[in-house]
Parts: sequence; structure tokens; C-alpha cells
Amino acid sequence: MAVTNYLILAAILFSIGATTVLLRRNAIIVFMGIELMLNATNLAFVTFARIHGDLTGQVLAFFVMVVAAAEVVVGLAIIVTIFRTRRSASVDDVNLLSR
Amino acid sequence: MTTTSGEAALFGILATLMVIAALGLLFAKRAVHAAMCVVFVMICLAILYVANEAPFLGIVQVVVYTGAVMMLFLFVLMLVGIDAADSLTETIKGQRWIGIVFGAGLLVVLVSVLASTDLPAAVGLEDANANTNPTGLAKILFGDYVIGMEVIGVLLVTAALAGLVLTHRQRLGARTTQRSMAAERVAALPEGRLLTPLPAPGVYAQNNAMDTPALGPDGQPLEHSVPRVLRIRGQQRTAAEVLGSEETLRSHLGLPAVGTALDDPQIPAIDEPSDHTSTEERD
Repeated sequence: MAVTNYLILAAILFSIGATTVLLRRNAIIVFMGIELMLNATNLAFVTFARIHGDLTGQVLAFFVMVVAAAEVVVGLAIIVTIFRTRRSASVDDVNLLSR
Repeated sequence: MTTTSGEAALFGILATLMVIAALGLLFAKRAVHAAMCVVFVMICLAILYVANEAPFLGIVQVVVYTGAVMMLFLFVLMLVGIDAADSLTETIKGQRWIGIVFGAGLLVVLVSVLASTDLPAAVGLEDANANTNPTGLAKILFGDYVIGMEVIGVLLVTAALAGLVLTHRQRLGARTTQRSMAAERVAALPEGRLLTPLPAPGVYAQNNAMDTPALGPDGQPLEHSVPRVLRIRGQQRTAAEVLGSEETLRSHLGLPAVGTALDDPQIPAIDEPSDHTSTEERD
């Protein structure tokens, strides 16, 4: 088995995550799609670190993980705030500016 | 460097399961199911990291992603309501098909780029991991990327503050204390509210259940000792019913009837009216 298979798996997961972001209307599920995309890039980073024999790829994957954790805190806080005022977690209901 | 056949088998099994679980995220109706699918994908990813000679990242993946991030998602799902269903109305016309086409196109582009790229043979991380993987990572993290490391620390603190500020809610009314609640109760006394706690349901010699009313000191059943929900549903029993079922049980077992309890003029006489209503409801 070639190591490239890991990259193909990462590409598949990334595409599924992107499609989730585009298709689902529940803000929390959209968020999970973003998490899936970040995870897929991490897998690609780790695989490239192995291909090149250089640990920098793993360090970058570590940075991505930390940024993802920070992003989740802020994003979920925004979702909770929107839910409190609008009683809905659907991205279609947040359209105050279009009225 | 080629991988071992064991790793190939591991990859084959895990990759199939992961793609299925990721599709579960895309198609699951309930947000909780989607969250569980993502948790599964992340645990499988941790195993693949370990197989890819990144044991530290594998453990961080389990601790940070499945342990912290996904649990945060589940907490927010509990706050927002699990039954928050996905709306199927299209706000932008044809958006669903555009999304599907975009996703499929992205997949085709990425995979075809990967297929046409001639990647060098994998070097492997034996040399880099010579002093164990965390040591090697730490050397790069605190050497080449030390400023990035500091910035990430600032980012985390900022994010924690942002979480606090965004979810902060200002109090609209006065805070209810025990003293104010007590004053409210006393003020509501003329309207017929009780000052004391409600009496507990009846405890009898052979029966102790929420649906049996307690008897007051005057022998009258206390209706409000049965929980309100049971009373609304008509699921409460009377003391006479409890005694009756006990008698039936005794007769089935061939034991002599107690008799005296039922002959007691007080209990059946009092419970008869409510007894009738409850049997009618049951029929």
C-alpha cells in the first residue's frame, strides 16, 4: 500500500466536510462539517510529515488542532447567543440584514 | 518506503468505516447522530495518526478533539435542543444541487491532483523520532516555531475570554432569594396556597407507591399528596383499591382473608365515590 492512500482518504473526508457545510442548514452540523475538514487537513499534514521524514508537518497539525479548539469555543458561543435571541439554530433564520 | 501488510489492512478497514461515518454526518437527520458519527471519525483518525508514526498527535487528537471539542458540541446540543430539526426549505433556489455539484467537483479535483502527482517515496520518521516523538516535536515547536507557540497561547486566552463575553447575560429582574420566595408564599396565603410543603404519598403496610394518597389525621385521603401529573392522567389509586388488590392476592395464594381491614367502616365508606370514578376511567 502506498502512503498516498492516506492523502486520498484526507481528500474524501475534506470533500464530505465541505459538502456538509454547503448542504446542511443546522448551524451546529455545519460547524461539525468544518471540524471534519480541519481533521482531514491534519491527516494530510501527518502523512506529508511521514513522506518527507520531517516532524514540521506534525507541528503544523498541532497548531491546527489548537486553532480549531479556539474556533469551536467562539463559534459555539455565537451559536448559543443567536439561539437565545432567535430561538433557532438554523442558518436560514439569521437574515435580519436582508429585511 | 512501503507500508506493512498489517498497516494496509488497518487502513482498509478504518478508511471504509470513516467514510461511512462521515457520510453519516452528511445525511443524519438528528444532530446527535451526526455528532456521534464525527466522534467515531475522530477516534479512527487518532488510530491512523499512531499508524503514521505520530503517537503524540494521536493522543492529543483523542484528548482535544473527541474529549473536549465534541463534548462541547454535545453540551451545546443539549442547550439548543436535540429536536432542532433541519429545515428542508431552500432559501436560495437550486442551492442543494449546486452544493452537491461543488462537493463532487472538489472531490474529483483533489483526487485527480493526487493521482497525477508523482510523490517521492516516503522517507519515514525513524530518524526524526529517534529520541521519541514528543521530544522531536518539542524541539521544533519550541525552537523554530517559538513565536507561533506564544501567539497560539494568546489566541487561546482570547478565545476563552470571548466565550465568556459572548455567553454573558445581563440580569433583567431582581435576583430571587430564599427570603423573597418565602415572602411570596406568605403573600399568596389568602388565595389558598399552602405555606407548608405538600404531604408525601401514602405508605401502607404492603404498599408504598406514588399513586396512593396518604390518609389525613381524620382518615380522609389527601388528594394533593399524589403528584399532580398522576392526578391529571387519572392514574392515582385509592386506599381501598390497594387493600382490595391485597385481598385478591391473599385469596389467590390461599391465605385467609384479613377481612377486618375492609370491614373497617371508615376506609371503604370514604373512598367509595372516588373509587367509582377511577374504575370508570379505567374501563
